[in-house]
Amino acid sequence: MKGTIRQFYRNIPLHLMIIPGIIIVLIYSYIPMAGLIIAFQDFSPIAGFRNMTWNGLDNFRYLFELPGFYQVVWNTVFISVMKITAGLTVPVIVALLLNEVRGMLFKRTVQTIIYMPHFFSWVILGGIIVDVLSPGGGIVNLFLKWIGVQPIQFLASNDWFPYILVITDQWKEFGFGTIIYLAALTSIDRSLYEAAVIDGASRWRQTWHITLPGIRPIMILMLTLSLGNVLNGGFDQVFNLYNPLVYESGDILDTMIYRIGLQDAQYSVSTALGLIKSIVSLILIGVGYFLAYRVANYRIF
Amino acid sequence: MHHISASYRVFLTINYAVLTILALLCLFPIVNLLAISFSSSSAVSSGSVTFWPVDFTLSSYTYILENNQFLGSFGTSMLRVVLGLSVNLILTILVAYPLSKEASTFRSRTVYAWFFVFTMLFSGGLIPGYLVVKETGILDSIWALILPGAVPVFNVLLMLNFFRGLPRELEEAAWMDGAGHLRTLWSVYLPVSLPSIATVTLFTVVGHWNAWFDGMIYMKSPDEYPLATYLQSMLQQMSLQTATVSLEQAELLTQVSNRTTQASQIFLSVLPILAVYPFLQRYFVHGLVVGSVKG
Repeated sequence: MKGTIRQFYRNIPLHLMIIPGIIIVLIYSYIPMAGLIIAFQDFSPIAGFRNMTWNGLDNFRYLFELPGFYQVVWNTVFISVMKITAGLTVPVIVALLLNEVRGMLFKRTVQTIIYMPHFFSWVILGGIIVDVLSPGGGIVNLFLKWIGVQPIQFLASNDWFPYILVITDQWKEFGFGTIIYLAALTSIDRSLYEAAVIDGASRWRQTWHITLPGIRPIMILMLTLSLGNVLNGGFDQVFNLYNPLVYESGDILDTMIYRIGLQDAQYSVSTALGLIKSIVSLILIGVGYFLAYRVANYRIF
Repeated sequence: MHHISASYRVFLTINYAVLTILALLCLFPIVNLLAISFSSSSAVSSGSVTFWPVDFTLSSYTYILENNQFLGSFGTSMLRVVLGLSVNLILTILVAYPLSKEASTFRSRTVYAWFFVFTMLFSGGLIPGYLVVKETGILDSIWALILPGAVPVFNVLLMLNFFRGLPRELEEAAWMDGAGHLRTLWSVYLPVSLPSIATVTLFTVVGHWNAWFDGMIYMKSPDEYPLATYLQSMLQQMSLQTATVSLEQAELLTQVSNRTTQASQIFLSVLPILAVYPFLQRYFVHGLVVGSVKG
C-alpha cells in the first residue's frame, strides 16, 4: 500500500511530461474524429456547427449514386495493389543482387544513389517526371523518337497513366525498400552457407534454399502490414501527376475527397467518403496487424 | 571464395551492369534537371539538352534570385523547419520517455500508448481536420503548419524503442543519486540517445521541408506559401500543358515555357536535402531498422 502511494508520487512528473502531447493530440487528432459526425449532416461552413441539420445517410446515398464513384474505388484498389505487389518484389530482388556484390565501394555507392529519391517530395519528382515524360522534348520521348517510335503522351493517356504511377512509385521507393531486406540478409547464419558449400550446393541453390527462406519472415511481415494501404493510392503522387484527361484511370479516393471537399465545398459529402475510407482502412490495418502478430510475432510498441 | 564457376562469373558481370543501370536511372532525371537549369531556353525547347548543359548560362538562376516570391517562400520554409523541429523534438522526447517505462512501474503507460498509436490507425480525415485548424484560429499562420502534426507518433515509437534498449542500470544509478525523472531524462538519457535524436531530427527536417499540402489548404495568400507549396502551384499550372504539348508547339512556346527557370527552382529546393543527405544516410539505416523490426 505504502509502495503504491510512493509510486504514485514518483510518477507525477511522468504524467506532467506527457500532458502537453496529450492536449495537442486531443485537439488536432481526436476532435477531428468527433467531427466525422458531419458526414450525417447537411453541414454548411456558413451556418457552422450550431445550426446543422441531420440528413441521415443522404450523403452516402448521394456518393453511391455519383457517376464514376465505383470507377474511383476500382482505380484506387487497382493502383495500390499493383504498387504493393511491386513494392514486395522489386526491393527483394535488388537486395539479393546487392548482397552478391563483393566490392564494398561499389555497393555503398549504389546504395547511396538508390536511397536518395525517397527523400524528394512528390512535388519535386512530379515536376521532374512531367518534364522527363513530356511529348514535347522530354528525354524519354526524345529517345523513342530516336528509335523511331511515335511520341507518347504518357501523362495524358488513360492506357498509360496507372502504370506510370506504379513505375514512378517504384523508382522513388525501391532503393529505400531494400534497406529492410539487406538488414535481414545480414542476420542469416553464415554457417548455413558453409555447410551448403561443403555439400556442393551452387550459388543459385544456396539462394533458393537458404537466403530466400531466411528473409521469408520479413517478407510476410511486410505483406501483412501493407494490407492497410489498399485504399491508399498515394495522394501526393497522383495529385502532382494527374490532370482532367486521366481522371478516368487515375482518380483515387483521396483526390476525390479533396476535390469534393475543398474545391466544391461539399464538406459533408467529402467527410462521408473520408469516413468510409477511414473505417475500411482501420479494419484492414487491424487484420494486417493481427496477422503480423500471429505469423511474425510483430508488435507495434 | 574457394572456387568461382564460369557461370557465376557471368552472373556477377550482369549483376554489376544491372545495379549500375538502376543507380543511373535514379541519378539521370536529376542530372537532366541540372543540365536544363544551366542551359538556354532555346536549346531546351529544341530538345537538345540531355545530361550536359547546352549554351551554358546562369540566367535562370539570376532570374530566380530576383524573384521575391521564391525567396520569401524559401524563408517561410526555413522558419517552418526551425520552429517545427523544435516543437516536434521536445514533444517527441517528452512523450517517449514516460511511455518507455514498464507498465509495472508506470501503470497508465498502456492507456497513454494506445491513445497515441490509435491516431496512426484512424483519423478524422481532410475536412474535419481542416475545420479544427480553422476553429482554433491558426488558419493563415505558421502554426497551422506545425501544431496539427506536433506529435509525430512514428518518431515517438522510434525514440521509445531506443529508450527501452538502454541498460536499466543507467536509470537505477540516477535514482540512487537522487535524480528525479526530469533530471534522469536530461542528464542521463539524452546524452546517450544522440544517434536516435539525430535520426528523428533528420526525418523531421526533411518532412517539414517537403510538406506542401498543408501549406496549400491552410494558407490563403500565395505570399505565405512555404517553398514546397509555391513550387507545387507553379508546376501544377504548367503540367497539363507539358503533358500534352507536341514538339512543334513546344518550339513556339520557347519564350513562355520557362522550363529552365522551373528546373532551376526545383533544383534549388532540393539543394538543402542534398546537403543534409550524407548525414541523413549515416543514421536512417540504423534508426529505421531498430525502430521498425524488433526482436
